Amino acid sequence: MQNTGAAGSFRQENFRRRSRYITVFAVLAIAFCVIIVININSGNVNIPISRILDILFTRDGDPKEVDIIWTIRLPRILMAAMLGGALSLSGFLLQTFFENPIAGPFVLGISSGAKMVVAFVMIYSMSLGYTMSSYTMIGAAFIGSLMSIGFILLVARRIKNMAALLVAGIMIGYICSAITDFIVTFASDSDIVNLHGWSLGSFSGMSWSNVHITFVVVGVTLILTFLCSKPIGAYQLGEAYAQSIGVNIKFFRIALILLSSIFSATVTAFAGPISFVGIAVPFLIKGALGTSKPIVVIPATFVGGGVFCMFCDLIARLAFAPLELNISTVTSIFGAPVVIYMMINRKRRAQ
Amino acid sequence: MSEKYFELSNLSVGYNKKTLIHDICLDIKKGEIVTLIGPNGAGKSTILKSITRQLEIIGGKVLFDSEEIRSISYKDLSTRMAVVLTDRLKTELLTCHDIVATGRYPYTGRLGILSHEDEEKVDDALRAVNALDLGSRDFNAISDGQKQRILLARAICQEPEIIILDEPTSFLDIRYKLELLSILGRMAKKNGITIIMTLHEIDLAQKISDKIVCVSGDHVTRYGTPQEVFKEEIIKDLYGIDNGFFDPMFGSIELMKPAGETPEVFVISSGGAGIPVYRELQKTNTPFAAGILYENDMDYQLARLLACEVVAESPFEEISDSAFERAKELISTCSRVINAGLPIGPHNRRMLELLDFAMAQGKLETLPAEGDQHG
Repeated sequence: MQNTGAAGSFRQENFRRRSRYITVFAVLAIAFCVIIVININSGNVNIPISRILDILFTRDGDPKEVDIIWTIRLPRILMAAMLGGALSLSGFLLQTFFENPIAGPFVLGISSGAKMVVAFVMIYSMSLGYTMSSYTMIGAAFIGSLMSIGFILLVARRIKNMAALLVAGIMIGYICSAITDFIVTFASDSDIVNLHGWSLGSFSGMSWSNVHITFVVVGVTLILTFLCSKPIGAYQLGEAYAQSIGVNIKFFRIALILLSSIFSATVTAFAGPISFVGIAVPFLIKGALGTSKPIVVIPATFVGGGVFCMFCDLIARLAFAPLELNISTVTSIFGAPVVIYMMINRKRRAQ
Repeated sequence: MSEKYFELSNLSVGYNKKTLIHDICLDIKKGEIVTLIGPNGAGKSTILKSITRQLEIIGGKVLFDSEEIRSISYKDLSTRMAVVLTDRLKTELLTCHDIVATGRYPYTGRLGILSHEDEEKVDDALRAVNALDLGSRDFNAISDGQKQRILLARAICQEPEIIILDEPTSFLDIRYKLELLSILGRMAKKNGITIIMTLHEIDLAQKISDKIVCVSGDHVTRYGTPQEVFKEEIIKDLYGIDNGFFDPMFGSIELMKPAGETPEVFVISSGGAGIPVYRELQKTNTPFAAGILYENDMDYQLARLLACEVVAESPFEEISDSAFERAKELISTCSRVINAGLPIGPHNRRMLELLDFAMAQGKLETLPAEGDQHG
């Protein structure tokens, strides 16, 4: 009797959990659509919602409005959505890897490393008279990310302490930023204008070719990450247990690093370093879902990151229009308090 | 069954290519419970980590069903061997059910979604450790004892042939220790699962294990059945005990005997009545003598370890003159004589005489019998 009762309560429990997942995904989907519409609607030129759908689906209407939507706002929104998702997942993967909930591409100095190499390659190619292709940008950012992670890993091997790891990351961030500033100082003026906006983080000036490339790179990486959700789940128990249930740890660690680096490199290549998204979004999503199971957390984090970045970009564009804020300014305002809350909450729970 | 099942042959283990323990040769049969004992830092965990492939083997071989363990893929090994480690899990928002379900990892598909059958096996595993009610609780919110049971359920859920446990009983209170060990015993005997573990509690190790491995210094000092290994001297040597005793009869550990060569108290007792008195005297560090005890009396077992002198007699004999005289001498030199209670029969009639002798000297204190205390 008791056993069937307990098993029954499991089924109830399963049902309760599934309904919670469905609710979270539904809310995210609705938020996603709403934010896209608001984003298209607002700006220096307000385009009423009734005309947005027409323009989106038939490309009919005022040529000026069609132009604004199709060449400026839509690519920007799509980039914010995809890069926001990529950034959040990069954070999630790093948190899994380092078994540390406040790891993320920005905090660990990975974004800064990417920024440094991109700035270097950018100025170098400009001085030779080339413009960098998007792939070169991603490639350079990827190398920069790996350099930073490599350093962090060296430190992590020696020091198992969570705080020390973060300090190392922040130091890396400063060193890379200092070198970037150094390079920028010696670059010619016209280059800097380009570099300056990008190096502070921004979604402005995205083109459709950016969108296409990002779609391919982030799309493939997202699918690969999702397919890794089983070993990621095992890895959450720690390396020793993961190995004992059949995960090839050496191979899997490399996979985690590569996947998170591709994500953060793509973001940095196109939008520059963006802070706190990688920590705040996975935390909020896990809290909302009530689980850290990767099979649900990965897709939800991607969509949630997209919503979060589109929302922040909207504020960056509108808050002091026509002046635009850096995206990091906005993400910090919303993201940093979440991280502080997280740390306080952890401490309390530990006691 | 007599075939070699899990064999460590000239195995050398250690960290970073530095050998810690060398030439380990063990032959473990299917369904056996093998326990590694030895002092802290002796390298028991290192051995376990090496046979579970968390550490590179430095030399020699581990053969699992006559197959070299290094040539078995992690995936295949995971369906045959499960572990319970000392590492603390740092989970986030995972229920106990989720943790146990990771045991199904080797059996689920690409995305790790549990089938109906898997779900049932998770429930079965939870039931086996009496933790079905913990299923929906957050793993971080339960006690250490409960965590340990959940981790064992996780290992059971993996349906292995061998379970390797590193100090599974640490952090557990006595009730959970017994519960955990009885679950292990049941699995070994009923399901033929081989169990290799380390334990700190040598008394429990003696009672549950089929084989004991003593690890000390840089090698395995002894490998055999508990009867062979649990000898007073072997255990004293293994742990380097110089301030206490190990009683192999009951597997109990005794503190040092009271300091001093000349007894101050003489204890008269039989059938266990003397034991609380001995312990009380030991706590106040009062040297004492005991007698006259038959050698098959349980009081004799403890008195042998704690008293500075025991006046003993062969079982079922009448008390001899020599024993009687020695007891009288001791009573004369002691300042107190405690009678903890003893039955008098045809063989030990002379004890009455001894009690009278003590009474005459004004030293006799008679403790109230158990029954009187309650009455």
